[in-house]
Amino acid sequence: MNNKLYDKLIFEYSCPGRIGVKLPKNEFSAYTSPLPAHLGRKDNPELPCVDEPTVVRHYTNMSTNNFGVDTGFYPLGSCTMKYNPKINEEIAADAVIAKLHPAQPFSTVQGALKAYYTLQSMLSEIGGMAEFTLNPFAGAHGELTGLMVIHAYHDYNGDYKRDKVIVPDSAHGTNPASAAVCGYKVVEVKSLSDGTVDVEDLETKLDDTVAAIMMTNPNTVGMFEKNIPRIAELVHGVGALMYYDGANLNPLLGIARPGDMGFDVMHINLHKTFSTPHGGGGPGSGPVGVRKGLEQFLPNPRVVKSDDDSYQVVCDGKESLGRISAWLGNFTVELRALAYILSLGADGLAQVGKLATLNANYIKASLDDLYKLPIQGYCKHEFVFDGLKDKSTGVTTLNIAKRLLDFGFHAPTIYFPLLFHESLMIEPTETENRTTLDEFIKVMRQIANEAISDPDKVKKAPWHTPVVHPDDTQAALEPKVTWKQLSDN
Amino acid sequence: MYQHRYFPHTGEDITAMLERIGAKSADEMFADIPAHLRLSSNGYDLPEEMSEPEVRDYFEGLRDQNKSLVCFAGGGFYDHYSPAVIPYLTSRSEFLTAYTPYQPEISQGTLQYIFEYQSMMAELTGLDVTNASLYDGATATAEAVLMCVAASRKKNRVLVSSTMAPAVLEVVKTYARYHKIDIDLIAEKDGVTDFEDLKRLLAKGDVAGVIVSAINYYGIVEDYTGWSEVIKESKALFAINTHAIALGVLRSPAEWGADIAVGEAQSLGFPLNYGGPGLGYMCVTKALMRKMPGRIVGATTDEKGQRVFVLTLQAREQHIRREKATSNICSNQGIMTLYAAIYLALMGAEGLKRVNVQSSDAAHYAASQIENLTKAKLLFPDKPYLNEFVLHTPHVDAIIAKGVHEGVLAGIKIGDDRLLLAFTELRTKAQIDKLVQIIKSAENE
Repeated sequence: MNNKLYDKLIFEYSCPGRIGVKLPKNEFSAYTSPLPAHLGRKDNPELPCVDEPTVVRHYTNMSTNNFGVDTGFYPLGSCTMKYNPKINEEIAADAVIAKLHPAQPFSTVQGALKAYYTLQSMLSEIGGMAEFTLNPFAGAHGELTGLMVIHAYHDYNGDYKRDKVIVPDSAHGTNPASAAVCGYKVVEVKSLSDGTVDVEDLETKLDDTVAAIMMTNPNTVGMFEKNIPRIAELVHGVGALMYYDGANLNPLLGIARPGDMGFDVMHINLHKTFSTPHGGGGPGSGPVGVRKGLEQFLPNPRVVKSDDDSYQVVCDGKESLGRISAWLGNFTVELRALAYILSLGADGLAQVGKLATLNANYIKASLDDLYKLPIQGYCKHEFVFDGLKDKSTGVTTLNIAKRLLDFGFHAPTIYFPLLFHESLMIEPTETENRTTLDEFIKVMRQIANEAISDPDKVKKAPWHTPVVHPDDTQAALEPKVTWKQLSDN
Repeated sequence: MYQHRYFPHTGEDITAMLERIGAKSADEMFADIPAHLRLSSNGYDLPEEMSEPEVRDYFEGLRDQNKSLVCFAGGGFYDHYSPAVIPYLTSRSEFLTAYTPYQPEISQGTLQYIFEYQSMMAELTGLDVTNASLYDGATATAEAVLMCVAASRKKNRVLVSSTMAPAVLEVVKTYARYHKIDIDLIAEKDGVTDFEDLKRLLAKGDVAGVIVSAINYYGIVEDYTGWSEVIKESKALFAINTHAIALGVLRSPAEWGADIAVGEAQSLGFPLNYGGPGLGYMCVTKALMRKMPGRIVGATTDEKGQRVFVLTLQAREQHIRREKATSNICSNQGIMTLYAAIYLALMGAEGLKRVNVQSSDAAHYAASQIENLTKAKLLFPDKPYLNEFVLHTPHVDAIIAKGVHEGVLAGIKIGDDRLLLAFTELRTKAQIDKLVQIIKSAENE
């Protein structure tokens, strides 16, 4: 990463008369039929006027101020920032796929539909589910879709009084938000001191007005919910369903399947567990799986295989929750995930959980003398420190996160989960080698020592990044969110 | 010892690491998982791993079962020219493998391009604030419905034009059903949204918002003269859905008096990619900024006095609001906003106008050829359109079948006697003449 700030905006290169494209010759100019004047734009939009070389140089320079998995270690808890294999990119960039229109007759897209169907079947095997839809565009979209499946199921049974969804107090923010968007009230269930769900507290909250419980497993502190069979029994006992948030699926690859634990509905983040790039915020993909008996509630359209081994897209599911996407989701993200599963195969996938867990425990065991470990025992893919052990220095989790940037590491997830004041959540993934982990450990130990010997060094960090201490308050007080608003001053 | 190129661990590493951890075996770390929940020792019922050449072969096999067709289909996804520069730049690892830019110190690249995207979309729609981003045009429209209701606080009814694309309407209805929002469809009259029906529905009261399409499902450019006045009188919000490229020539949502602009941005040169990824955009007036879902990048200064960019107004977002959230959007279409920004930078206002004019010219040439040389007629011959129109013909199935045979995607069937055809700057005269021949011969069969 370049530590000198490249701060230009494309608008600042604009020079009237320049243009970055050449269109094919217009053979139809004799047929021009202008819109009635009142339906057309009055003014031209103020877009930049730039040539192609300027555009290429600008965005290339811009990229050098960005940190990615390909530039360095990303120990970002709950985000599973693993290596994004390049063959996946080659597959996703296929020239024939690029030209497939989603409304093409099925006979002309059998390959695409086969890819969709194959991935949905493979995810069913991995999740221990009966069927998947790949239509949801992201994890949160998967959550919403999954909750809609649950809603549609209860509605189908005429069970209209269920208006609550239970989420653990350690849950990702998207869980309660998805429940609210799906029209549910949210009820929080407490965590025990080991971070797992308090089953006694859960029992007091379960009744026939509960539609579902949403859980990750392992949970957000990286602990396996070992009472899951009991929880499933209790939840099913009141007629509610078990929702599995797949944000933390990575450590279970090769170890266990949500379907076998009693989960009825789940989503998977392909951009976490199945190696597709995060793209600075997307596009991701959040396929949703259901156990047997819930398939008919999945969203339209669905890809089905006919008796003659051909594939079709059907939209006529009467019990379906409805439609949650115009077409079949982020198709090229789905292709990447399929390429990943094929590249690893059954044996490779079976190693993922083990190696991810090994890496996490290795970091934990190498730092827990200096950092406060609120939850003991083996973690799974991630774990949480509650800041430094020695609190006397006043060095916070935020300071540590920023100091890490100086050493070329991305910060861990900070101040989440909300269970601890100084949460520092670390997830290394299976694709990091021991040398990198050792380097990270060394730096984390150095920071802990600096906190004592030279606390300002940590408190005032970062020192070496292209940007230092941006003023967030100013940004929010007088939001400037366009180029024009910038130049107004 | 199992080895795979994605996993760096040697046997020696694993032994040393387990020793540090104090575990006798890797399995010990999973001792807390009840045995009956463990994956059976047979493992997954999945194929064996493939080498890279084998993966390539596999996908080449799939590719052979797809057929590239000369595309006259639209319906929200359009086959526009995609400049070579864009995938080249968007596939740079620094952009592609980055997470959400929560650490501005090392994410200026992402933050800068989002800021540029926001600026460009604000220019196109005439509105003040753009988010980055929503999934697709359909979910963006559904988010607009949720937002109208949340902003109104008490009102719970949203009016949606029945001329909107059916898939968009279905997504809107799905979101609304579970969020318990009432959706009333504004009737269609002669292919456009009926103004009188709007007034009738507004009179019922309780309306939080009105959502219409600038270009409707028939390709007709609708006229919203007088709409915003009537809608504002009812204290409802006005949202207009447009596929992004057309904003280059159409009267902008702001000029129509809209509070919200939403839509699908795939038309900004994105590959069709069998329907995804596209990009859902949303722009709003400054008054609605704090009600808008999704991420927003703002400018500020850092300690060195440099102009820098950060994610701002995060208090609106789901990870802060949790159960009080009115949207759950988190990961979105991310890098597709870079795709859109580069496209708009390359095009500029002039290029954008030319693309629209040329696509429209191609459509009007096709319409005149079809009307002159075949029995098919335009379903709404008196209505203005840009690059898409509906043919009225009893031979829809035969035309599509004949087209496939000739390597042509001859539109989308939207009714037994309705064929939706779309045109872009990529369609040549020879291709359009071939389409006309296909229609003609389907009629004669």
